Amino acid sequence: MSEPWEDEEEGAIKKFMFINRKAPYGTIYALESLEVVLISAAFDQDVSLVFSDDGVFQLKKDQDPESIGMKNFSRTYRALEGYDVEKLYVDKESMEERGLTEDDLLVDVEMLSKEELGNLMNEQDVVLSF
Amino acid sequence: MPIEVNGKTLETDEEGYLADLNDWEPAVAEVMAKLEDCELTDEHWEIINYLREYYEEYQIAPAVRVLTKAVGKKMGKDKGNSKYLYGLFPYGPGKQACKYAGLPKPTGCV
Repeated sequence: MSEPWEDEEEGAIKKFMFINRKAPYGTIYALESLEVVLISAAFDQDVSLVFSDDGVFQLKKDQDPESIGMKNFSRTYRALEGYDVEKLYVDKESMEERGLTEDDLLVDVEMLSKEELGNLMNEQDVVLSF
Repeated sequence: MPIEVNGKTLETDEEGYLADLNDWEPAVAEVMAKLEDCELTDEHWEIINYLREYYEEYQIAPAVRVLTKAVGKKMGKDKGNSKYLYGLFPYGPGKQACKYAGLPKPTGCV
């Protein structure tokens, strides 16, 4: 009989990529994606995140959505490191189109071209788009 | 089932987690612990307070693995391990401690 803390046998690890394309508020996509990311990480999966199109706004510093009755879940992106989710990529073009630089974001990311992102996608077992 | 704390009736969900985070006060933890025959010591409070800080900072209740690692970083290896945390919170440090701290059930906790 094993104790709960000893029950840590390794399951199958897959490469999951979550692609975030939508603005953080107005739809539930960003929050739902973040939730699934945390669950995947809690199950020790190999998780990477991509932020593209309006999805880059999800990582924008200084969000204050309280006036629209939303929790400021952007702070949760800073918890990802503690979940060993450290592969965060943003689409360079989407950033430039919106006048954003890495300094505008609340976590460390890697800026990649669409081609580089495409290559990364090809390496994944599962790609989920939000 | 609602719980009675200092003369106030507080709503909880079916698993006993506080419905409204803002209802929390230390007495809430005491009442919840009593319902589960758990006596809160300074060691329990250290973890409960840490969870509240974590939530304040990141807006989520951490998964147990993440909590364990973070406790280890902050309070040392002798506390940052599953055995110590399960010793304090036998129903699971994620679930039970988060409940006492007034947080939602950790994401990814089934």
